[in-house]
Amino acid sequence: MTLLIDKLFANATRFVAVAILLLVAWIFTVLFQHSTEAIAAFGFDFILQDKWAPNLEKFGGFAAIAGSVISTFLAMLFAVPVAIGVAIFLSEIAPAKLKSPVGVSIELLAAIPSVIYGMWGLFYFVPIIRDIFGGLGIGMLTAGIILAIMILPFMAAVTRDAMNTTPDILKESAYALGATKWDVIKDVVIPYAKAGIIGSLILALGRAVGETMAVTFVMGNVHKISLDITAPATSIPVTLANEFTEADTDLYFSSLFELALILMVMSFVIIALAKFYFLRRTRKVK
Amino acid sequence: MTAIEKRLLVNKIVLGLSSLSALIGIGFLFWILYVLVANGIDAINWNIFVFEGAPPGYEESGLRQALIGQLLLVGVATVVGVPLGILAGTYLSEYGQKSKLAEIIRDISDIMMSAPSIVIGSFVYAIIVLPMGHFSGWAGVVALAIIMIPIILRTTDDMLQLVPSTLREAAFALGAPKYKVIMQVVYRGAKAGVLTGVLLGIARVSGETAPLLFTSFNDNFLNYDLNEPMASLTVTMFNYATSPYEEWQKMGWAAAFILSMFILSLNILGRLILLKKKGR
Repeated sequence: MTLLIDKLFANATRFVAVAILLLVAWIFTVLFQHSTEAIAAFGFDFILQDKWAPNLEKFGGFAAIAGSVISTFLAMLFAVPVAIGVAIFLSEIAPAKLKSPVGVSIELLAAIPSVIYGMWGLFYFVPIIRDIFGGLGIGMLTAGIILAIMILPFMAAVTRDAMNTTPDILKESAYALGATKWDVIKDVVIPYAKAGIIGSLILALGRAVGETMAVTFVMGNVHKISLDITAPATSIPVTLANEFTEADTDLYFSSLFELALILMVMSFVIIALAKFYFLRRTRKVK
Repeated sequence: MTAIEKRLLVNKIVLGLSSLSALIGIGFLFWILYVLVANGIDAINWNIFVFEGAPPGYEESGLRQALIGQLLLVGVATVVGVPLGILAGTYLSEYGQKSKLAEIIRDISDIMMSAPSIVIGSFVYAIIVLPMGHFSGWAGVVALAIIMIPIILRTTDDMLQLVPSTLREAAFALGAPKYKVIMQVVYRGAKAGVLTGVLLGIARVSGETAPLLFTSFNDNFLNYDLNEPMASLTVTMFNYATSPYEEWQKMGWAAAFILSMFILSLNILGRLILLKKKGR
């Protein structure tokens, strides 16, 4: 009897664990199956064309894909320097008394749902952008900034963790040789934690690509590529969030599923790169 | 300027810049927190907990349907997701250990932890909403559970591994079968850690909006039936905040405030549990 239970328990745990693999495979299969119609209809044009006209049954995802890339790029541009600054501040500069309260509050801010960042952006940040640049205030630039603010706590926290892996003895040796704090940071901490820092930044990038709610409020959902980054634009998550419940034809649905599939593959690759190429050695760093 | 003066100057400039960027970053974050609290406290009143959604202009309008819907969605997702996550985590830590299969599952599940939640929403739409023909609370539950499982799996795996193997060996030496060792020794030793993981998992899915947009959808009225579309704080917040009516926007802030306080308390509680355990 006990043997039977023992076996049952072991098999139950194995079954569930393997089921998770199957679930991920299932997600990809379902997304692919539902995109086949769009793939058959548009082929590679789907990625290259930016004409998105539901009434004409013409769907090209280029504007959304480019929008995802550009808004994420802008977000990284704003967030990376600040996040590294915060991480250096927390791991090397801040006095012990400040380290823990500031560090914990940053981690707690990382837990605030992104929909709240989006809402704040819509009511408090859009007017500022509108005053400075004119126009509607919604668009790529606003989305990039809100996205940057949203990923900042996560990015700063993981980068700090990576920097904290530097053994004290290395830093102390450098100080003993007469290095200034900046010398230690640039010649000891950053080289030592390089892989971890890059991995953390890319991990944050992977999250930013798929982030929906922080940008849906402020992007505008306009399928057009504009050189003006203050003009309304769109990205894959924004298109999905706005149009999924509106899609009325099979081809429309199928095109949305193809966008979802592209997004899933994009973030899967980015996150895998971060986790397995850069963070392999520092697995404990989340 | 001597070399040493130059180095000290560079040092000062860079440290100053870094502190400044920290100040900017933290400043922005506290600005958001301030806005959230100020607007939230301003918007919260007793009506919100008593009444259901109403058209703008009605005095008797509230968030009751969203509060209860949110609790139902997250609660059922927890009941579904937590046992599955713990079982899978148990397999990784106790049975699979360093085997190839276990490593692959760890990697894939780690990736899923950061996968775009809106894609999970479209997946659930395809497998549940389309066959059923309408939006439903169950679809929302499944989407949230899928997001939750990798988080629970990861913490369970990590926390069970922290239990010293001597404890397991001692139990084995007494003749206990493996499942008993796991249930009575390993789970007990890792209780606090796993509980923290569960709390953080709940906190994480509570804030999810994107996967609910086209699974559980929304409803202006109170509803306990998971077969029907169901309101949630997050989707309601989104709809209200993007509406042109000031009363609705205000209610959106109230929802945002309640939700963040809930999530922050879960996070703080989880930390306290871990701290207490470390303190012993």
